[in-house]
Amino acid sequence: MAIVNLQNVTYKYPLTEKPALQNIDLQMKEGEFVAVIGPNGAGKSTLCYTLAGFVPHFFKGELTGSVEVARNETSKSNLHEWVLNVGLAFQNPFNQISGAKYTVFEEIAFGLENIGVPREEMKGRVKEAMKMTGISDLADRSPYSLSGGQQQRVALTSILVMQPKVLVLDEPTSQMDPIGTREVFSVVRTMAERGMTVILAEHKMEWIANFADRVIALHEGQILVDGKPGEVLTSDVLTEKGFGISRYTSVARRARELGLWKRDTLPVTLEEAVKGFKE
Amino acid sequence: MKIEISKLEFTYPGGVQALRGVSLEIEPGEQVAIVGQNGAGKTTLAKHLNGLLKPTSGSIHIGDWDTREQSVSKLAQRVGYVFQNPDEQLFSKDVGTEVAFGPRNLGFSGEQVQGLVNDALMLTELSDKTDTNPYDLSPTWRKMVAIASVIAMDTEIVIFDEPTTGQDAANIARIANVIKVLRERGKTVITITHDIDFCAENFERVIAMSQGKILLDGKANDVLGEEEILATTYVDPPQLTRLGKRLGFKETVRNEKEFLAILTKQGHG
Ligand SMILES: Nc1ncnc2c1ncn2[C@@H]1O[C@H](COP(=O)(O)OP(=O)(O)OP(=O)(O)O)[C@@H](O)[C@H]1O
Ligand SMILES: Nc1ncnc2c1ncn2[C@@H]1O[C@H](COP(=O)(O)OP(=O)(O)OP(=O)(O)O)[C@@H](O)[C@H]1O
Ligand SMILES: [Mg+2]
Ligand SMILES: [Mg+2]
Repeated sequence: MAIVNLQNVTYKYPLTEKPALQNIDLQMKEGEFVAVIGPNGAGKSTLCYTLAGFVPHFFKGELTGSVEVARNETSKSNLHEWVLNVGLAFQNPFNQISGAKYTVFEEIAFGLENIGVPREEMKGRVKEAMKMTGISDLADRSPYSLSGGQQQRVALTSILVMQPKVLVLDEPTSQMDPIGTREVFSVVRTMAERGMTVILAEHKMEWIANFADRVIALHEGQILVDGKPGEVLTSDVLTEKGFGISRYTSVARRARELGLWKRDTLPVTLEEAVKGFKE
Repeated sequence: MKIEISKLEFTYPGGVQALRGVSLEIEPGEQVAIVGQNGAGKTTLAKHLNGLLKPTSGSIHIGDWDTREQSVSKLAQRVGYVFQNPDEQLFSKDVGTEVAFGPRNLGFSGEQVQGLVNDALMLTELSDKTDTNPYDLSPTWRKMVAIASVIAMDTEIVIFDEPTTGQDAANIARIANVIKVLRERGKTVITITHDIDFCAENFERVIAMSQGKILLDGKANDVLGEEEILATTYVDPPQLTRLGKRLGFKETVRNEKEFLAILTKQGHG
């Protein structure tokens, strides 16, 4: 059974004319890792909000079609029930600090505390989550006195620690260093393999290609392409519509024009590019 | 205007030692990218250049000014800084007012302010958004507004802190164009970025920082080719640099043009 089931979903923010999402059909299996790509304003964040229940429970406006996530239906539940099953990391990590806590450790424990997890279990989970995102050494620091990437890691960790059934990540690595970015993708991959369902909005094609099961290309609120990373990320329509593509793809396309790329398909990962250019 | 940083050390109240002896010279009109792992001290360094932070020890000179002796508002005449988090920077009710705030504050005449604002809005392609409240814009467009407000101040030195985060291909091209135009105008541009491909394609000099120190400083091709050293500060070389290495190229390549040139040569040799 699909853990995420969106049928013919159309959504307009209050006082706007044009829908931010239009006729979205999306089904996801448990444990699937889906990446969402698209130019600025394509609707990536709006889709994330919809999956996480913020549309329509926080952002009002007009929602039609049906949204079902982890057996919640938007029409029947409230945001409180929703957040127990679905975790959302916001696009702007700077706004995600709770404001209630003095240390990074307490900040990350905050959500578990709220749902009454026993103190010993809580400590263990917080420690493990901090290790995964590489911030163990920040435990006693104030959540306000951190660098951009450190704040983003704290925000991400406070979602991961909740172990939601469905994890919604809106550009979770935008402030992160390159190798840290790769590590976050790898952590998310591991979570998906353990059964967590993940939807992640991103611009970083190389890591999407290496780690995601499936890619959805959004454009002006509609799904333009939906399929395997290798197919979606190399499709010509992306370049036409202003999507970013990996350098491996663009350089191979140019090389193909010069007769220096012999394969029919274009590469998205380093390994594919190496193999193709060696032929 | 030359930037001279000498033995700069900085410790935040509370005890985090963010800079541990940074010495650096940047010539007038130079375009420099700074890369390095989260927490390396990049933002802390940038905030020293416009005087938001003052050295615990060591010194910074912006031309003939020692930043310890100048106020933040005085330094704003020479150094513009686009914050990593645009929300720390923006406070006006509409984009037009926001972008006009800086030049007005610097004492430009009404007419000059109008000219600078128009130029900045045109460069960032925000001209159709002058009446919009910045907080009704997405974070990505708020960053563009932050960029426009700093360009409008027409300072000799411009610092961008993570300008491309979350931006799509079109906006990244706009930002690259802004940097190119500033270069043509002879401005010094310092860009802090984790977007290593953007760094490779737009900068001739690259500085890598690690744990409050400078790890590498030199020509882009030299620095970006140092795969092992960069890894110690959590930076991967650009995609095409890595690909060139794997294909056994002798030279370090960092953009499509260099890559295809070598490939073509090999193809015919
Ligand atoms: N709170 C809001 N009120 C009104 N319109 C909004 C609001 N948030 C987003 N929109 C509009 O909805 C559309 C989709 O925006 P959304 O933020 O979902 O795009 P995105 O793909 O996440 O873009 P980005 O890459 O800039 O984050 C855009 O046209 C945007 O202007
Ligand atoms: N206001 C502050 N108070 C105390 N410590 C701080 C403060 N801001 C940053 N730090 C610490 O100083 C160090 C350097 O931070 P800085 O913001 O300069 O890093 P950065 O290189 O810009 O990192 P990022 O890539 O994540 O933005 C980090 O260890 C950080 O936690
Ligand atoms: Mg978004
Ligand atoms: Mg920073």
